[in-house]
Amino acid sequence: MADITLEHITKRYGDGYEAVKDLNLEIADGEFMILVGPSGCGKSTALRMVAGLEDISDGQLKIGGELVNDRAPKDRDIAMVFQNYALYPHMTVRENMGFALKLAKTPQAEIDRKVNEVAQVLDLEQHLERKPANLSGGQRQRVAMGRAIVRDPKAFLMDEPLSNLDAKLRVQMRTEISRLQQQLGTTMIYVTHDQTEALTLGDRIAVMRSGVLQQVGSPGELYANPTNLFVAGFVGSPSMNFLPGELADGVVKLPIGDVRLSDEARQDLEGGGGPAKGRQVIAGMRPEHFEDSGLVHDPPSGVKFPVTIDVLESMGSEYYAYFNVESGRVASQELDELAQDSGVGEIPHAGSRTQVVARLDAASTVKQGEPGELWYDSSRLQLFDPESGRSLLTHSKVD
Amino acid sequence: MKRSPREITGWSAAIAIVVIASLIPIVWIISLSFKDPSTIADGSFLPTKWTWTNYSGIFKQSLFTDALRNSIGIALIATLISVVLACFAAYAIARLDFPGKRLILVFALAIAMFPPISIVGPLYNMWRNIGLYDTWPGLIIPYMTFALPLAIFTLSAFFREIPWELEQAAQVDGATPFQAFFKVIAPLAAPGVFTTAILVFLFCWNDFVFAVSLTSTSKAETVPAAIASFPGASQFTAPIGSIAAAAVVVTIPIIIIVLLFQRRIVAGLTAGAVKG
Repeated sequence: MADITLEHITKRYGDGYEAVKDLNLEIADGEFMILVGPSGCGKSTALRMVAGLEDISDGQLKIGGELVNDRAPKDRDIAMVFQNYALYPHMTVRENMGFALKLAKTPQAEIDRKVNEVAQVLDLEQHLERKPANLSGGQRQRVAMGRAIVRDPKAFLMDEPLSNLDAKLRVQMRTEISRLQQQLGTTMIYVTHDQTEALTLGDRIAVMRSGVLQQVGSPGELYANPTNLFVAGFVGSPSMNFLPGELADGVVKLPIGDVRLSDEARQDLEGGGGPAKGRQVIAGMRPEHFEDSGLVHDPPSGVKFPVTIDVLESMGSEYYAYFNVESGRVASQELDELAQDSGVGEIPHAGSRTQVVARLDAASTVKQGEPGELWYDSSRLQLFDPESGRSLLTHSKVD
Repeated sequence: MKRSPREITGWSAAIAIVVIASLIPIVWIISLSFKDPSTIADGSFLPTKWTWTNYSGIFKQSLFTDALRNSIGIALIATLISVVLACFAAYAIARLDFPGKRLILVFALAIAMFPPISIVGPLYNMWRNIGLYDTWPGLIIPYMTFALPLAIFTLSAFFREIPWELEQAAQVDGATPFQAFFKVIAPLAAPGVFTTAILVFLFCWNDFVFAVSLTSTSKAETVPAAIASFPGASQFTAPIGSIAAAAVVVTIPIIIIVLLFQRRIVAGLTAGAVKG
């Protein structure tokens, strides 16, 4: 077990392309760190540099305080689980799991003891003598995990270990991994493109985009205080709604109406300098901070507005209500880019209608295609600068 | 998909025709090899008088037994060297990115396509001048020229099939590059290596052009060349019986090899390594 420190880590390819740019990350001993981002954001490259499978172009990588930049993978004492498992097809499950120990010249009795122990934990005992070809996807996945666990390494590296499993098995294995990590207490770096996986598993999450680290924090922090539009749009499902707005005296004018700013928000905006009045902003609103106004009694703060629900999806425990708002123009090239990257795509354009999704209580009486009234909790409003995409607020409520 | 009875009949007939067409010459030559010299030209498909004399005859001739020894030795050595060299080359081609990689493959392919007959003339002169004429290396070298491109091509295709991650997994598991190769990659590449070895061996074993042009005595003459110089019973009789018997004898090792390694040749050993 050890801590892992990445200092100014950069990966530059021969053609000058930088897959990872100046990455700084400190992962504490025993911490479960998630690297998350859309495909091509450099998260896997970063992981492979920690494993030693990619050369580090610049920067320092320390595992347990020791500089390991130039050490071969075998000398780093880390275990890795690959996306496609990479089990040795000519070996049985037992041999697969004991391979690393055998290479380390561990006595056979010791290997057998450890393999049996781990097989018991992973429920693989009755499959020990079988070949990977005869195992199901979930079993192969567990063997790959077992191969890593048996070694008792300084750290586990996982490269999208669940992405090849079907949805149900994925949820099951997710719980399993979480349980295992708590049990073993080993430092773990886990790469995924699935923000749900990231939110549910990690102690801390590092969001990456185009090789640049966007934000590091606990799932709660990331969710409540995204530092920029990208993180805001990437984290959360359904994702955050974005509407163009204009700052006025103590309120922000949005297509759904004027929303009163909280005192903290006002302080942040004044502290940030620049003319508060008349400033164009992008407002971020999480779907769950909407509610059917009929269900909100005596609201502390918020705004009520009339809508016509286009589509109402029932999830059983709740409704997803989709409605359109007429939105003005917010010019920001960077914003379009960000939106494309995060797959939000619902950034307002000139004269376009923007779709907004709201998560309503199952008791809601709104009907599809009929006018209704919704309420928005304005204390949860996020504000972003359209030019830079940065959040204009420094603190919001953490759930 | 279920096939209709008509389709089944059609395919069966087509397969039967192909099998019969390719078996008739073999049966014929076996039949010839058992015919008594007096009935050899009687035109009947099966021997009317069975005899072993053709077989006992060729094994009494040192011309044939020496040639058999040369054939086995030359083919085995050429195969071994080609496959070992081709393994290194193919592994590099499959795994590493280096300038000129495509050029090497194209060049290898071009050499494999080269008609052997066109280099026999120059080789004959060269070998006589440098003393390689009528020696084992004199045949092994040109065989390797043609076998290597073939081997590099087939082997690099096999190596490419083996997932990269397996090697990386081995490295992370604590293996040195050599251990990763010998404990993980080599066992998986075995079917490919065997297939290649058999192809190369067949090529060397069957060659006639080089053998007949670059050898002259029992020192290095291989079976195909030796068969061509079998003497008849008299100056005016063709040694058909002996030729047939010799042809059958040299076919047997090939059949044995293919049967022995058939199981290994069948691919699919990599199944289960990665999610398909």
